[in-house]
Amino acid sequence: MNPSVKTLVRDGLWDNNVVFAQMLALCPAMAVTTSGANGLGMGLATTAVLVTSNVLIALIRRFVSPDVRIPVFIVLIASLVTVVDMALNAWLHELYKVLGLFIALIVVNCAILGRAEAFASRNGALASFVDGLAMGIGFTFALVVIGLIREALGSGTLFAQASQLLGAQFAFLEIRLHNHGGALLMILPPGAFAVLGFLLAGKRVLEARLAARKKSSATAAPPESAPSAGT
Amino acid sequence: MNSIAYRAEQTFAAPHAHGGGGVGRTMFLVQAALVPATLFGFWLYGWPAFFLWSITLASALVCEFMCLRLMGRANAKQTLFDGSALLTGWLLAMTLPPWSPWWIGALGAFIAIVIGKQVFGGLGQNVFNPAMVARVALLISFPLQLTTWVTPLPLTAATAPGFLDGLRITLGELPLPDAMTSASLLGYAKTELSRGADLFGAFAAEAAPRLSWLGTRPGSLGESAAPLILLGGLFLLALRAIRWHAPLGVLVGVLLPAVLAHSIAPGKFLGAEAHLFSGALLLGAFFIATDYVTSPNTDTGQFIFGLGVGLLTWIIRTLGGYPEGVAFAILFMNAMTPILDRYLRPRILGRTRSGAPLQSVAIPEKKG
Repeated sequence: MNPSVKTLVRDGLWDNNVVFAQMLALCPAMAVTTSGANGLGMGLATTAVLVTSNVLIALIRRFVSPDVRIPVFIVLIASLVTVVDMALNAWLHELYKVLGLFIALIVVNCAILGRAEAFASRNGALASFVDGLAMGIGFTFALVVIGLIREALGSGTLFAQASQLLGAQFAFLEIRLHNHGGALLMILPPGAFAVLGFLLAGKRVLEARLAARKKSSATAAPPESAPSAGT
Repeated sequence: MNSIAYRAEQTFAAPHAHGGGGVGRTMFLVQAALVPATLFGFWLYGWPAFFLWSITLASALVCEFMCLRLMGRANAKQTLFDGSALLTGWLLAMTLPPWSPWWIGALGAFIAIVIGKQVFGGLGQNVFNPAMVARVALLISFPLQLTTWVTPLPLTAATAPGFLDGLRITLGELPLPDAMTSASLLGYAKTELSRGADLFGAFAAEAAPRLSWLGTRPGSLGESAAPLILLGGLFLLALRAIRWHAPLGVLVGVLLPAVLAHSIAPGKFLGAEAHLFSGALLLGAFFIATDYVTSPNTDTGQFIFGLGVGLLTWIIRTLGGYPEGVAFAILFMNAMTPILDRYLRPRILGRTRSGAPLQSVAIPEKKG
């Protein structure tokens, strides 16, 4: 019943990644990832909500009857999002202006309700904390990767305006690849679909290759003198 | 499921006859129909046009080869040389500004073949016309390069760039002389109208682009030689490689509103002639709206498809932000194609339109 920390982390980061495997939360994953910094900001905000909501829901899961659990989860998540929304508005106002509406929309982010329903309402607070953190970091990772690719192709920069998000000491992250501008299409929604599609295809190819290698090494390991491994 | 050209000996079972055609033959015919206009374009715009054309076609073939290789297609060689990738590259090259840098052609071919076609599963599976997908993607991404038209400088002219200079222009090492860049007719009209000027004054100006049937004006390869494109279209019609419904629909769709609006307010709307011989209209009507894959299956459907393309083209040219709208119109109608096909199904042999068996041929029952 209690999944190990290693499984939880592995699931969140790769095997069951919110964007690349569950295909949830695609709206923010495509809409705000016009740059790496935007993706990072959105990912971190979502992670904060996800971790706290997971822990709180795991704590109250015994007192909430199954009939009313969804409204209760939503109210809880909505309160947390409001807190994050106001905090960003107060301390990271520049980022808030960019992410804007999408912060409020974290409420209806299916990934958060999905974790509440599928994991936190059935597991303890500690496991839910680890799960929320792993899923959140996996989501942030996906958003940053999509954002960086679109930014590099679309405007020729990497992590532009990252110092506004992380503070002035992170200005070294901001890289200008070239000065020719870029393909505007990559910043527009079709670019997001294309990048996500190619990333998903790449992940599948990679996993198929890894599985094939694992299989061939497993069949090659026994010292049998078979002329050729079955393909 | 697959799009291999079925050969005659592959057609089995009694009532079927095979015309002997196939993907390769159709693609060859369409390319043959493009040859005159392309050669004329090479003469008109010189070596850079030829280099851009070559690079676009070569890139299309390379991208097709890479995709077939990655997908592990068994009949990769046959599919690669069925001419479809070549034709896509060719059509794309016909719509690009002839003096564009090489990477416009290469990137366009990549978008057309990989994102426009192979991602969907290859020839026969694509929803949108690949050449138009690439054209629109390039136009949105690189508006500057895609709207830099040059005035014609025929190959035989003394000041035309030679072989090496032409190569350097295509490779982007030689900047275009400012005196050579010029607005296309549609672009000029759009700019003048948005300034508030009326078309009488605009076209009376010295620098205004002139409409020319022979195509000696700024434009793409597929825009310049309107009579030759028309000739190619009629050649395809005569050989029954295409049917007349879609082209007629496109022409009617553009000309009807153009004539009406021009007769009401000639100072505000371009006339029928300007619409007909500008931009990619003729190329789109005869070579792109007739794409087997992305247009409806029935004659009626194709006519409605063409009509939609024409109307949308006129609307985008007249009211939209872009001076030219053929590519957008075709993509939009490509998206409508499944709906058109759903509501305009051909009658099943031996059944009425509603699907009930035909009663008239029923064998009369014996009395008894």
